[in-house]
Amino acid sequence: MPLLELVDVTAFYGPVQVLDGVSISVPEGGAVGILGANGAGKTTTLRAISGTVRAGGTIRYRDRSIRGLKPERVASLGIAHVPEGRGTLGNLTVRENLMVGAYLRKDHRQVATDVEYLLDLFPNLRERIRSNASALSGGEQQMLAVSRAFMAKPRLLILDEPSLGLAPSTARNVYDAIGRLRRESGIAMLVVEQNANLAFSVVDSVTVLETGRSVLSGTTAELRGDDDIRRAYLGG
Amino acid sequence: MNPFGTFIQLLVDGLAQGSIYGALALAIVLVNQATGLVNFAQGGMAVLGSYIGLTIGNLLIPGVGSTLGVVLGIVAAVIASLALGGVVERFVMRRFERAEEDTKVVATIGLLTLITGLVGLIWGFNPTPYPFFFGGSESLRIGDVSISVWSIVTFTTIVALMVVLQILFRGTKFGLGMRAVADNAPSAALAGIRVGGLRMAGWGLAAALGTVAAILLASKSQLTPNNFDGILVYALAAVVIGGLDSPIGAVVAALGITILESLAAAYIPWIGHDLKVVVPFVLVFVVLIIRPQGLFGRRAVVRV
Ligand SMILES: Nc1ncnc2c1ncn2[C@@H]1O[C@H](COP(=O)(O)OP(=O)(O)OP(=O)(O)O)[C@@H](O)[C@H]1O
Ligand SMILES: [Mg+2]
Repeated sequence: MPLLELVDVTAFYGPVQVLDGVSISVPEGGAVGILGANGAGKTTTLRAISGTVRAGGTIRYRDRSIRGLKPERVASLGIAHVPEGRGTLGNLTVRENLMVGAYLRKDHRQVATDVEYLLDLFPNLRERIRSNASALSGGEQQMLAVSRAFMAKPRLLILDEPSLGLAPSTARNVYDAIGRLRRESGIAMLVVEQNANLAFSVVDSVTVLETGRSVLSGTTAELRGDDDIRRAYLGG
Repeated sequence: MNPFGTFIQLLVDGLAQGSIYGALALAIVLVNQATGLVNFAQGGMAVLGSYIGLTIGNLLIPGVGSTLGVVLGIVAAVIASLALGGVVERFVMRRFERAEEDTKVVATIGLLTLITGLVGLIWGFNPTPYPFFFGGSESLRIGDVSISVWSIVTFTTIVALMVVLQILFRGTKFGLGMRAVADNAPSAALAGIRVGGLRMAGWGLAAALGTVAAILLASKSQLTPNNFDGILVYALAAVVIGGLDSPIGAVVAALGITILESLAAAYIPWIGHDLKVVVPFVLVFVVLIIRPQGLFGRRAVVRV
């Protein structure tokens, strides 16, 4: 039984339907990528999971339906969503942002340990620990957003284009850290990305979306090997 | 009275009057922390709360002004305001959740009109005396300077509330959650923070705080439905000067404005009592130019 399973999911902004049959399955401890062009519905798919857009179809997490739950409820079940545009809290300090991530946790000692772990992983954040998040660079904000989500000790981390707006080398650093988080913690991940090469560095399998529909899925090895698919969907 | 005595008297009176402005400013800061907006109905809600307290106090212990009745009335007023604030957030402001900031602010102005009208309808527009349980007109004399018991009680109460709020905001999980919600509610929800619940709590606490201020004010002057309309101007000025997210800033600014205003009226001949009301506006103007986030605040005023 997968950790998260989407079957024929639909989603609507007001009356406008933007998803029409998205199916994805994330195994316990696995990492899945969602690829697709601008406007394909990647962000909306993540929103359907975290309860921030009206959705239809089947969304099951740990064998129960989570469709229609409020975002705070979904978060409390162990799903941490790093939204498109990062969602860092600009007027709060870096440390406060991390503590917001740990809002639902009761294991205070472990929280402190996790903060240290993340500050070792992202030394930039350690230097800026008392700065307001709004004063950070784009790359640092993305690191903070990922760290904040990790502070929730989730079972499933969902990341919406962590490379957005970053210089290639910074994006690379962010993905290296995400890969390390995955190896060291074993949490499952669902990662939206436009840059297939970056996504492939952390995920085991990929689903491709086209105009609100899943059109293709497979393991990274299969997709990498297939030249036609590479050309059509993965930018060469 | 010697000139120095006059000066000290001005300071003392300013501190007490400024405390009232400061209390309303605190309530505004609290709502702003919870919802990111400025509640223009804060004063109106406070007045409603104190009328409710007066009525309940008189019902419980008949005979206007018995000490026990007044105390019970205050307790009742605080509880009623907590509920009132929560209800207003849940059933009025929640409807504007997705609206533009400007729309929300206009909604609070509408709320002010509604509440003032309602209070007038129920209790009338004539001033009602509000009994003061510390003995209203007593005062201490220190040399030339006289300090009323009312001033001491008011000032102490407001400073205590300010300290409690500052600790709440900066030192508790509840405060962290409130500040996260104020900063970016959808993102706070993704961290599992119950946005709706925190907002209701913030509105409730703010309403209770405002009601305490309204009771203190009414026990010095009297209670009327528009008691707080003029005071709102000072409270808003204090919030802008002190910083929308700083309880200490709001109170210090309120005290500062009041004292500067009365000093200006007394010592700058061309200002006098007619023009002293421009003092807070000038201060707001200057602060917005040199430090838009307020003297104590961390967050810039984007638009007002
Ligand atoms: N808030 C919204 N209201 C109405 N329509 C929206 C909204 N957000 C997105 N859409 C529309 O829904 C469709 C899917 O958008 P979505 O943001 O999910 O795409 P995406 O794959 O994440 O694209 P990108 O790569 O540009 O981030 C698009 O046609 C978009 O215009
Ligand atoms: Mg997107």
